Amino acid sequence: MNHRERAREFLADREYAKWHDEALWFVRMKRDAAAKSVKEWEDLREAAEKIKEHTIEHLGFYLREFAKNASKKGIKVHFAKDAKEHNEIVYSILKKHRVTKVVKSKSMLTEECELNPFLESRGIEVTDTDLGERIVQLRGDRPSHIVLPAIHLKKEQIGKLFEEKLHIEKGNSDPLYLTNEARKDLRDKFLKAQGAITGVNFAVSETGGIVVCTNEGNADLGTSLAKVHIACMGIEKLIPKLKHLGVFTRLLARNATGQPITSYTTHFNSPSKDKEMHIVIVDNGRSEILKNKEHKKALFCIRCGACMNTCPIYRRSGGHSYSYVIPGPIGSVLANARDLKNNGDLAFASTLCGSCTNICPVKIDLHHQLFSYRKEYVQRGYMGFKKRLSYKTASFILRNPFFFLASMKGYKAFYPFLSKMNLWGEGRALPKPAKKSFREIYKEME
Amino acid sequence: MKRVGLFIPCYIDVFYPNAALSTLKILKDLGYEVDYPLNQSCCGQPFLNSGVFSEAKGLAEKFIEIFKDFDYVIAPSASCVATVRYRYRELLKPSKELEKIIANTYEICEFLHDVVKLKELRVSFPHRVGFHQSCHGLRELELGVGSELVKPQYSKVKYLLNLVKDIEIVDLKRPDECCGFGGTFSINEPEISIAMGRDRIEDHKKAGAEYIVGYDMSCLMHMEAIAKRENEDIKFLHVVEILAGADDES
Repeated sequence: MNHRERAREFLADREYAKWHDEALWFVRMKRDAAAKSVKEWEDLREAAEKIKEHTIEHLGFYLREFAKNASKKGIKVHFAKDAKEHNEIVYSILKKHRVTKVVKSKSMLTEECELNPFLESRGIEVTDTDLGERIVQLRGDRPSHIVLPAIHLKKEQIGKLFEEKLHIEKGNSDPLYLTNEARKDLRDKFLKAQGAITGVNFAVSETGGIVVCTNEGNADLGTSLAKVHIACMGIEKLIPKLKHLGVFTRLLARNATGQPITSYTTHFNSPSKDKEMHIVIVDNGRSEILKNKEHKKALFCIRCGACMNTCPIYRRSGGHSYSYVIPGPIGSVLANARDLKNNGDLAFASTLCGSCTNICPVKIDLHHQLFSYRKEYVQRGYMGFKKRLSYKTASFILRNPFFFLASMKGYKAFYPFLSKMNLWGEGRALPKPAKKSFREIYKEME
Repeated sequence: MKRVGLFIPCYIDVFYPNAALSTLKILKDLGYEVDYPLNQSCCGQPFLNSGVFSEAKGLAEKFIEIFKDFDYVIAPSASCVATVRYRYRELLKPSKELEKIIANTYEICEFLHDVVKLKELRVSFPHRVGFHQSCHGLRELELGVGSELVKPQYSKVKYLLNLVKDIEIVDLKRPDECCGFGGTFSINEPEISIAMGRDRIEDHKKAGAEYIVGYDMSCLMHMEAIAKRENEDIKFLHVVEILAGADDES
């Protein structure tokens, strides 16, 4: 199935689609209010872009510095070239410590690497502790949004799910009740886990420390209780100095959910006493993107999710309509960077309206990225023959006045017939030609 | 006297001659010598936006050939102007002619605001209108400031509409959300495209608009097509039709 087909399924339930659109628009509105409360907002975006640009240009240097400084503080640093290596490293650490139960806070990287099934197939119980991710995990589903993983679900659906999985009382979908029930269930998981896995929002090269932002405190509880903490990050998560962090934390939460700051912004700078801390730094295709001048800006992304909330397509097709683990505009760009041939439909799943580019906190030119992937898609010969031919024909007609005028006349003559054929989708009437075209009127005026 | 080459996108020529006539009338009234070269058709935008650069090239070359000798090229279509201004350099070899055309091609409202610096209008339009800010005009040509940006809000086109007497511009819930047209997107993903258009129309209707007006006729054409299918009682006009003194029969 391609994006269109999945979108069509999503839109079949008009009321549900409308609800989804409104829910995300509400987040966009909260974001607007939060952003507008910071008068230097556009300067912050500019600064964030420049810092990322510099870091990505000198990524090798900052990675080495980071690893050196982290090691000095007793953190064990690992490098993984791909998802497989990442998963194996994580597993070997857990195995060494005889970990059978692990709690995980939100990490899109571990989704990308499909860490959960890898560990589960080796006998390790993995519990996602972010509420949204826990819901998705209990459903055997996948996140439909990078910040709001369960945004595609209504509270009634979650109530039903909890009835079945957590044996809560029937028919109660009160959000507070559901959250408390999830909390009770998770509390037990936290207490029994021997290992904690977290993602990384920012890795500070200067200090060798990492910063994790959550709203639920789940990363903090998990890492405080377990004896091993494994933090997983992509190579692009670096920032040079601690003083740069404020630029990003000010942008991140406001742009993501409209909060001035995430409830928890935790700095992990060294392992606690008698505990171990590991950082796994993953490439998994990122250095390929880095090599590409036109597209390396995609690595600036700080995963705020705002491009999803503002995207009129995403809001009306849902995160699962995208074939990549990260949906929405940035997801389409990353999917195209990885495998343009099989994700080409995502480059076209956009009106190029540019709202994503305007909202991006690090100024990734998202809609231009999609535009340029369309060009590459065609240049590499991935566009089907029929489509290619129709463009060729249309261009030929438009370049030749004789054929152009003849086809316009034909359209007019056959309009009564054509208008019955739903040529522009069932929901649209075919535009009716005017009695006289401008060309005809103009000629008469001359 | 400055010579203006009128660029009328093919669909405006056939479906919306009044938008073209209004552009012509306004420019003539302002004293410009306006010519409409008859061998024109398309700027190449649909091909560029579909990634088919090879097919856009011939059309772009033709566009340059037709319009190279004019002082200004003016079109009642923001997305076509954005294509010329921001995409032609990627498509064509650098040349003086190309740079001249890029510098002198304007969307009609942009031209009235930036070049003519229109201060007053003697037309009246006693109706409630919803103003649709098409994306390429808004975020590429910067005819206004996108609602995502933390900058003082301003719209060149709204400024012009406010010069019209007795007009009332209604407040929309989503002042600059895309209508879902997107050129070939409307064909590739008709379901989302139509859902988006429907939502836009609803927003305008709930705000009490009798007319949806805009500077990109293609977006209006898409929404009009939906409104017709759903028997919605709402009318569509290009802003320039109002500025030129549109009557209700148009």
